Amino acid sequence: MMAAAALLRVDSLYKTFGGILAITDLSFELAEGELLGFIGPNGSGKTTAVNLITGFVKPSQGAVIYRGRDITGLAAHAVVRLGISRTFQMVRPFYQLPAYKNMIIPLYSPRVKQLAGGRYGDRDAVALDLLEEVGFERDAQVAYKSAAALPQGYLKRLELAKAMALKPDLIILDELFSGLSLAEVASIVPIIEKLRKEGKTIIMIEHRLKELFRIADRVVVLNYGQKIAEGRAEEVMASEDVRKAYLGVEA
Amino acid sequence: MLYLLAPRLIPILAFLLLPLVLGTYWQKVFLSVAVFALLAISWDILAQSGMISLGQALFFGLGAYCSGVLNHTFGWHPLLALPAATLLGGLIGTVCLLPVLRLRGVYFSMVTLIIPLMLVRIVEATKIFGGTEGLSGIAPLPSKWLELYLIVGVLLGALFGFRRMFNSDYGLVLKGIKDNDRSVTNAGINVYWFKTQALFIASSIGALAGAFMTHVYMFVGMPVFALDYSILPIAAAVVGGPGTLAGATLGAVILVPLSEALRGIGGLRIVFYGCFLVVFIVALPEGIFHYVQRKYHQFERWVEVE
Repeated sequence: MMAAAALLRVDSLYKTFGGILAITDLSFELAEGELLGFIGPNGSGKTTAVNLITGFVKPSQGAVIYRGRDITGLAAHAVVRLGISRTFQMVRPFYQLPAYKNMIIPLYSPRVKQLAGGRYGDRDAVALDLLEEVGFERDAQVAYKSAAALPQGYLKRLELAKAMALKPDLIILDELFSGLSLAEVASIVPIIEKLRKEGKTIIMIEHRLKELFRIADRVVVLNYGQKIAEGRAEEVMASEDVRKAYLGVEA
Repeated sequence: MLYLLAPRLIPILAFLLLPLVLGTYWQKVFLSVAVFALLAISWDILAQSGMISLGQALFFGLGAYCSGVLNHTFGWHPLLALPAATLLGGLIGTVCLLPVLRLRGVYFSMVTLIIPLMLVRIVEATKIFGGTEGLSGIAPLPSKWLELYLIVGVLLGALFGFRRMFNSDYGLVLKGIKDNDRSVTNAGINVYWFKTQALFIASSIGALAGAFMTHVYMFVGMPVFALDYSILPIAAAVVGGPGTLAGATLGAVILVPLSEALRGIGGLRIVFYGCFLVVFIVALPEGIFHYVQRKYHQFERWVEVE
């Protein structure tokens, strides 16, 4: 399906960590503009899969094809420059710095410079704009507060803004919603929908299935490093294997 | 205005005026202060970029030997050999550590500790560059005053220049590498390239200090790789307050003269020196500079309230 328009193609990926099979024969395709959900129980290999795609971890076998180019084994910073940007599940901002100064490092990226035609521009101003876009109220000057003083909800938004700063074509969000209240999730969803309207392709690793299913086109389910289902949310959740993986044997 | 200017003006004036009032002996100590301050700044630049070096002697020694050989063997004028040795020493130091740039924390530190010790043995075993005898008869700098003010200029330039660098966005990236290199990589920034740049800067500063001392002593030999040049800069940075460069300089200003003053009591010198360090680290773990800085800013608030 959609093979011609595939933005990302993961081809039979394997990863072993000292004999433990973290990822086994993972293949999937992602069309441009699609929002793909990545679900599965804890330890099922979702984050590892993202690490393999983004070059933070080298696969033992298999290939990652992005825009028809083999990016398997490419250094992580080089993958980012091609337009794949991710967030981390565990946010680790620079706590002693104000939120907007946390944006400086992604805005220092060679990708930002290249897209702007060789010039960086005013990083502080761009940082403040981006933070406003993800919900840092400008009037309340939240962006000037040190990251240590910000609640989890804002730190997650900061993480999202850092990914957006790189103007990526593919954004991978690793459990962006974890640790957030329903209200906070509800306020972030429109940002993601806006990114989609801008034509971004998105992969979301999520445990918050209800919220994910509302926005995802398609989901891939992992269990013990293997893909056990793929398709539209309701199809996938109807599958016996998926119910077993999530709810236990008797289901 | 004066409130903002004073912390910069006082050290600048002190460094510029002190050579004029000091006697010949203390002028030599002053040179030593400046050289150790440069080594401590070099250490602090590496530390702020996430590399803890236990081998500042590597940079110092490389610079010393480069300048020595350029002058002794090739007959270069000291004023030409000095900058050449700075760059050459910086380059060799960077290349030496390039393979271990990927190591983190204590593993990187261990390698930096070992390399200068290894180089000493190489000089001893192969008898290159005068072997254990070293190279003597190296030309001094043209005048004593040039010597004093050259190193003061370099020190002040390095101190304020690199402080400015660390306050810039470029410096933020370097500090980001120390705090969370994964996050910097995720910005599409090649962490190792930035670390290499920081390493070259630090390595060159250390090499300059070594090259300078070669011309002061008019001699270069195996002692340039001695542990003193590795340990004292760290002590200076820790006592003065790491992460500011100014703290590193302040530490050298305190520790080097103290070490000289204690020379009178002979063998017990190291004991007193060690005790002083321990007391200091326990009492003021943040370092003098951070403490003074905080008090100074509180001082401003008292003024405003009244």
